[in-house]
Amino acid sequence: MTFEAVSYESIPHVLVSGIAISLLCSAVGLFLVLRKFSLFGDALAHSAFGGVAFGLFIGIYPLWIACAVAILSALGLTKIRQKFDISSDAIVAILLATGLGAGIILVSMSDDLEIHDIEEFLFGSAIIDTQNVITILAMAGAILAILFFTYKKLLYSTFSEEQAKASGISVDKMSYLLITIAGVTVIISMQMVGVLLISALFVLPNVSAMLYARSFKQTMMLSMCFAVSATVSGIFISYQFDIAQSGCIVLVAAAIFIGSLVVKGSGLVKTTGILAKRA
Amino acid sequence: MLLTFYRFINNLGVNFIMIVDIKKLSVDYSGIKALDDISFGIAKGDFLGIIGPNGAGKSTLFRCMLGLHTQYDGTIKFFDQDIRDSRKYLSQVGFVPQKPVVDRNFPATIREVLSMSQNSSDPKKVDEALQKVWMHELADRRIGDLSVGQQQRVFIAKALVNSPKILVLDEPITGIDQYNQDLFFQILGELNTKEKISIIWSSHDLDAVERLANKVACLNQTLFFHGVSKDFFSDDEMLKKYSETSMQMHMHHH
Ligand SMILES: Nc1ncnc2c1ncn2[C@@H]1O[C@H](COP(=O)(O)OP(=O)(O)OP(=O)(O)O)[C@@H](O)[C@H]1O
Ligand SMILES: [Mg+2]
Repeated sequence: MTFEAVSYESIPHVLVSGIAISLLCSAVGLFLVLRKFSLFGDALAHSAFGGVAFGLFIGIYPLWIACAVAILSALGLTKIRQKFDISSDAIVAILLATGLGAGIILVSMSDDLEIHDIEEFLFGSAIIDTQNVITILAMAGAILAILFFTYKKLLYSTFSEEQAKASGISVDKMSYLLITIAGVTVIISMQMVGVLLISALFVLPNVSAMLYARSFKQTMMLSMCFAVSATVSGIFISYQFDIAQSGCIVLVAAAIFIGSLVVKGSGLVKTTGILAKRA
Repeated sequence: MLLTFYRFINNLGVNFIMIVDIKKLSVDYSGIKALDDISFGIAKGDFLGIIGPNGAGKSTLFRCMLGLHTQYDGTIKFFDQDIRDSRKYLSQVGFVPQKPVVDRNFPATIREVLSMSQNSSDPKKVDEALQKVWMHELADRRIGDLSVGQQQRVFIAKALVNSPKILVLDEPITGIDQYNQDLFFQILGELNTKEKISIIWSSHDLDAVERLANKVACLNQTLFFHGVSKDFFSDDEMLKKYSETSMQMHMHHH
C-alpha cells in the first residue's frame, strides 16, 4: 500500500484546504453529534465510496457522482426511516454496509482500475491541485454561510423536534438540509482523510469541546479551534516524519480528546470556570 | 354616555374574538378512536382547563391544534383561519409540551434555548420572558444542569418569548413540587389577567383547575362538558359522571 505523506511543495495547498475542511467538519459534525448521529458521516462516506467506485467504473469524474449517490441514498433512507420508524443507528449501519458492498463489487468487476485510485479514497491523499483547493474553499465557504443563516432553526430542530415543529419550523426540511450539507462535506473532506477516517473529524473535536463549553457558541468555537489545531499539526507531523497524513490528523484529534478528558478529570478547568462568560 | 356605550361595544367585541374554534374534531389511531366529534372554542382571555383521565385524548387534541398531528377529521381554526391552510398562526401560539425531554449534555445555555424559538433577534425579549418566570439569574447556565421544575419554567419562558396570544400547556405541573406549582399558578394567573393571554391547559388535578381556570372542558374521547368552571364544579352530577368515566377508563386499562 502507498500512503501519502505531505511533501514540501504541497504544504501550502494542504494547509489551506486542511483548515477549510476542519472548520467545515467541526461545524457540520456538531449538529450530527447532537442528533446522536455521530456515525452518519461515516455512513455517508461509505455510500460515497460506492459512488466513487461507480464513477471510476464508468469513467466519469467520480467525486461528484459519489456526492449525488451519498446524498440521495441518505435522503431516501431518511424518508423510509420516518415512514417505518426505523432507528437512526440502524439507518447508519444499512447505509454504511450497502455503500461499501456496492463499491467492492464494482471494484472487483473492473480490471483496469488502479488500486492506487481506490486507496486514495479509502485513506485520503495530499491535495496538490490548485483547482481542487479553490473548489474546496468555495464549497466550504458556501456551506459555512448556509449554516450561519440557518443555525438557529437547525439547532432548534436538533434540541426538540416536537417543539420546533410546533413553532412552525419545517423540521423535515431542516434534516434534509443537514443531510445534504453533510454529504457535500464528506465528499470534500474525503480527499483529505479518506472514507475510513472521516467520522473522526466530525466527532472528535466536537466531543472534546462539549467537555468544556456551556453554550452552543462556545462549543462551536472551541471545536473549530481543536479541529484546526489537529489538522495543522497533523500535516506537519506527516511532513516531518514522512508518515500518512490522514492518520496523523486523526491521531492528533484523538490526543486532544484524551488530553481534554485528563484536564477535565483532574478538575483543572471547570465548565463554570474560565468559560463562564455570557454566551 | 357615548363613552360608556363605546366601552360596552368594545367589551362585547373583545369577548367575541375567537382565538381557537374547533368543530367536529375526530382522531383515529389506526382504528382506535382517540377523539370523537369534539367541538368547542376559546375566546380571548379564556383560561381553559382540560381535564380527563390518562388516555382521554388531551395530548392528541393539543397535537392536532399545533399541527403536529395532521390526520384528523373536522376543522380547527386559529384566528378564524383553518390551520390546514397556513402555519403562520403558530408564531402566535406558545406551547409547553408534556414532559419535555432535555438531553443533560446538550450544550446550550438557557438564553440560547430561548433565542432558538425567537422570531426576532432581540435579546431584551429573552430577558423579559425569563424575568416573568423568575429565571433571569440563571440565564447563562446550561439547560441540562437545571432541575426538572426549573426546566419547566424555562419552557414557559420559551413559550412566552414571542409574545403569544395563546398558551398551550400539556400537563405542565406533573412532577413539580408544591412550592413551584404555586409559583407556576401565580405566573399563569398573571399572564392571563394582566396580559390577557388566553391559556389552554390540561391537567389531572381537579383542585388546581378549580382554583385557576375560568372555563373547563371535560374530555374522554368525547367532550362531555364545556363551559364556565363554576358550573362544572358546583354540579355534583357532573363531578360524579367525571369520576365514573375516569374509573371506567381505569378498568379498561387494567
Ligand atoms: N402515536 C399514537 N399511536 C397510537 N395510539 C396513540 C398514539 N398517541 C396516543 N394514542 C392513543 O390515543 C389515546 C389518547 O392518548 P393521549 O396521549 O392523547 O391521552 P392523554 O389524555 O394525553 O393522556 P395522559 O393523561 O396520559 O397524558 C390513548 O388511548 C392512546 O393509546
Ligand atoms: Mg397527555
